[in-house]
Amino acid sequence: MKKECVAKRFIAVCVGLSIAQATLGAEPTSKIKSYWLPLTQDELHDPANPSLKLLQNPAEALSVLPRDGSGDQVNWVQALRNGNIKPRLNIRSSTQAEVFDLDVLFRNTDEMNMVNFPHKQHTEWMICSTCHEVIFKSKAGATKFGMLDILNGEYCGRCHGAVAFPLTECNRCHNVPRTRAEIPDRAY
Amino acid sequence: MKHCTVPHRSFFIRRLPIWAILLALFTLLIPSATYAEYGDVILNKRAEKAGMRPVIFPHWFHRIRFKCNVCHTEIGFKMRASANEIRMADIVNGKFCGACHNNQIAWGPENCQLCHSGLPGLKSGIRGGDATGGPGKW
Repeated sequence: MKKECVAKRFIAVCVGLSIAQATLGAEPTSKIKSYWLPLTQDELHDPANPSLKLLQNPAEALSVLPRDGSGDQVNWVQALRNGNIKPRLNIRSSTQAEVFDLDVLFRNTDEMNMVNFPHKQHTEWMICSTCHEVIFKSKAGATKFGMLDILNGEYCGRCHGAVAFPLTECNRCHNVPRTRAEIPDRAY
Repeated sequence: MKHCTVPHRSFFIRRLPIWAILLALFTLLIPSATYAEYGDVILNKRAEKAGMRPVIFPHWFHRIRFKCNVCHTEIGFKMRASANEIRMADIVNGKFCGACHNNQIAWGPENCQLCHSGLPGLKSGIRGGDATGGPGKW
């Protein structure tokens, strides 16, 4: 085989591997090393800061929580439900909250699976006024938004992709399949 | 230009080495840029100008102890990095971080270095982990 050929194939394999690593590298075990770095090594905190040793390192707190394959590798909903963490609901006693178990189905998702929005998981972490009427109107269908808005950090993207599971996890939201007949025609 | 054994017509095959190298370099760059913890916020609108290190706010630490609405509804932090005009005087007066960092709920604002702990030169914004640095404008 010619040198050029070998080089091409080598490069092709490298590309394949790096793409696979970037897209399939969601296995928690392979990520632990690169995540939860000590604060002195995270390229964010100044190692010269003498107070750094007083701060908790993420690995200490996060490694004992239920595992997830994306974001900070923690399944926060599960952590809350299991009682692994007990975050305070309020600092003012006037703030009341109750878990609101209502699913909202978003049908207008083109050829993607439909989106089921569960109020339950969200109201376990937040109160109504965190989202309503600030980000979303309460009336179903009254807030018009698309995936581009979300990718741009609006609507769901206010949290998802920043602190809640990231937008690379398509199927976690787009999780209600529709039959072939229901998929709208595409104009190519 | 000579080719392997089969004559390739496709542009992508003929130009394989160039685009492949570029793509390989690009994909190798992705993980290396995301060392910070998922959801870490850098606050540096005023800190460095005032001679302090940038502030690093770790979302992970706080969400273990408080639900989202405490900061984002009760205290009123907008869910947009850099959208909150936070001044040290406000914190000392019990607003923003000072709603808890008052030596009652959490340690007080006199512990400068615990918050002002970032590397000099960091830009304000959300950083970190898997896909935080997506195409959005957090």
